[in-house]
Amino acid sequence: MKGLKIVVLAKQVPDTRNVGKDAMKADGTVNRAALPAIFNPEDLNALEQALRLKDKFEGSTVYILTMGPGRAAEIIREAMYRGADGGYLLSDRAFAGSDTLATSYALACALRNLETDLLICGRQAIDGDTAQVGPQVAEKLGLPQVTYAEDILDCTEEKITIKRRLERGVEVVACPVPCVVTVNGSAAPCRPRNARFVMKYKYARAAQEMQDADEDYMNLLNERPYLKITEWSVNDIQSDAQELGLNGSPTKVKNIESVVFQAKEAKVLEPNDDAIDAMMKELIVNHTIG
Amino acid sequence: MNSVFVYCEIEEGMVADVSLELLTKGRTLANELGVKLEAVVLGSKLEGIEKQVFPYGVDVLWVADDERLYPYTTLPHTSILVNLFKQEQPQIAFMGASSIGRDLGPRVSSALHSGLTADCTSLEIGDYEDKKNNKTYQNLLYQIRPAFGGNIVATIVNPDCRPQMATVREGVMKKEIFNPNHQGEIKTIDVAAFTEPTDFIVHVIERHMEKSKVNLKAAPIIVAGGYGVGSKENFQLLHELATVLGGEVGASRAAVDAGFCEHERQIGQTGTTVRPKLYIACGISGQIQHTAGMEESAMVIAINTDANAPINKFADYVITGDLNVVIPKMIQYYKKNSK
Repeated sequence: MKGLKIVVLAKQVPDTRNVGKDAMKADGTVNRAALPAIFNPEDLNALEQALRLKDKFEGSTVYILTMGPGRAAEIIREAMYRGADGGYLLSDRAFAGSDTLATSYALACALRNLETDLLICGRQAIDGDTAQVGPQVAEKLGLPQVTYAEDILDCTEEKITIKRRLERGVEVVACPVPCVVTVNGSAAPCRPRNARFVMKYKYARAAQEMQDADEDYMNLLNERPYLKITEWSVNDIQSDAQELGLNGSPTKVKNIESVVFQAKEAKVLEPNDDAIDAMMKELIVNHTIG
Repeated sequence: MNSVFVYCEIEEGMVADVSLELLTKGRTLANELGVKLEAVVLGSKLEGIEKQVFPYGVDVLWVADDERLYPYTTLPHTSILVNLFKQEQPQIAFMGASSIGRDLGPRVSSALHSGLTADCTSLEIGDYEDKKNNKTYQNLLYQIRPAFGGNIVATIVNPDCRPQMATVREGVMKKEIFNPNHQGEIKTIDVAAFTEPTDFIVHVIERHMEKSKVNLKAAPIIVAGGYGVGSKENFQLLHELATVLGGEVGASRAAVDAGFCEHERQIGQTGTTVRPKLYIACGISGQIQHTAGMEESAMVIAINTDANAPINKFADYVITGDLNVVIPKMIQYYKKNSK
């Protein structure tokens, strides 16, 4: 079989799993600066599935496509350290305020610039947990989709066979390629960085990161063109401005409340026999237990 | 007036609980708006399916009965819904935030360019003022959901696009019969007209569905453990307490991710929502992702070494101490004193 051209859709997300005390500002908005930015966990599972196909089918390539600020190039580099060939950063103020639909539209437009046999992404991102972008991109591109993929069992030039992990079971489906595959967190974890790739790609940069680059760096870039992470602005994709960003987002945020816990009047007990016995007695007497 | 639609999931001839819960909510909202509640069932061998949905107050049931529609695959279900929604112009459409609904919903919303809000925890009708464009909208669907890992609760509206789509997890809404004798109208969907042959290109080769062994939603008592339980071995103690009290064991996402407990026991925003008579939270700090799934418990006992754990704010009893000390004492007292 010929090599596959694989694109992995990935997102840099704030690490909402490690929310500290300063994660929220006094006005109830999210303090992004206080949250470390990470490679969305399920996108790493997706990357691993892509790299396995690359290992299996000689001549395959794996590129990352991400939409975000200049800083998001970090995850493209991270993917390159683990075996990806490179990536594309879709970055423009025109995309600001996008909901999942406007995001999908922009990604789909960017993907039309690329020749792709297989699109793989994580099931969902931990900042929104919506799981919508994968299927929405598939619909925009008119491709079939396989969601909740746990393992890619087989891939031929015509079809891909995938084990899916559902809420209450497993399913094996065969889907024609090209298609969109969204990968579940239960799939194999991503391989670690490879020291050789770290050496090779540690100076890889997107245009926004090169603004302060000196002459030495530009010389290096001329010698090693693979260090250039392609960056696309709104002008590099064919899109309708009305479909992008806030304008292209049918959902609007009416209001946001930061979560304030209302304290109940609790009985505070010492962990000793008397206190616990008394509590258990109350629970038995009022028929909560027993 | 444009109706409220609910997409009903089918598994082995039964309408899924999550769909019946959405019908219950849909009925309430339809009454508030003064419109019809309509349900859509797509599957195979569906004779008599109306008996399962009409008692929930469904006015119109749309049925597509075709062997190619079961088990569920994305494309034909998408095509049917997209074409039906174009024809019927619902103002609101709900689906379960389930394996099926989360596969289907975004696809349909993308095709119709309508907004979709995933995993809503509350749905209400209300007005919206667009201050920027100086426009007021009446009777929009408020789609309320936690976001940003549960640190905020956002109210989302879709002012201009229809239908206003939302998904909701199983157990979040209550399932309640509207009227056991309620009768609606059945309308048959012409599958050939609403699908393309190319929609049937994905084939399900194998399928193993398990009935969930754990029934957290029905358990009157839940002993739940968090990351603070420390290990899979320590979780045994929670199982012991649950067995003694006649309850089930639940867990926070952190405990499940750490491998202390099976995924099907997860409680919270990404897991099951429970409303037991008694909830015993052991070594759970109380991130809102978790508390969103248990805050309606009638009584809460929090056992935690951290006297300032957020979970304590939900608790009726706070025991500041080591669960390995506290739980054996509870078991001991109960064994000695219960009949």
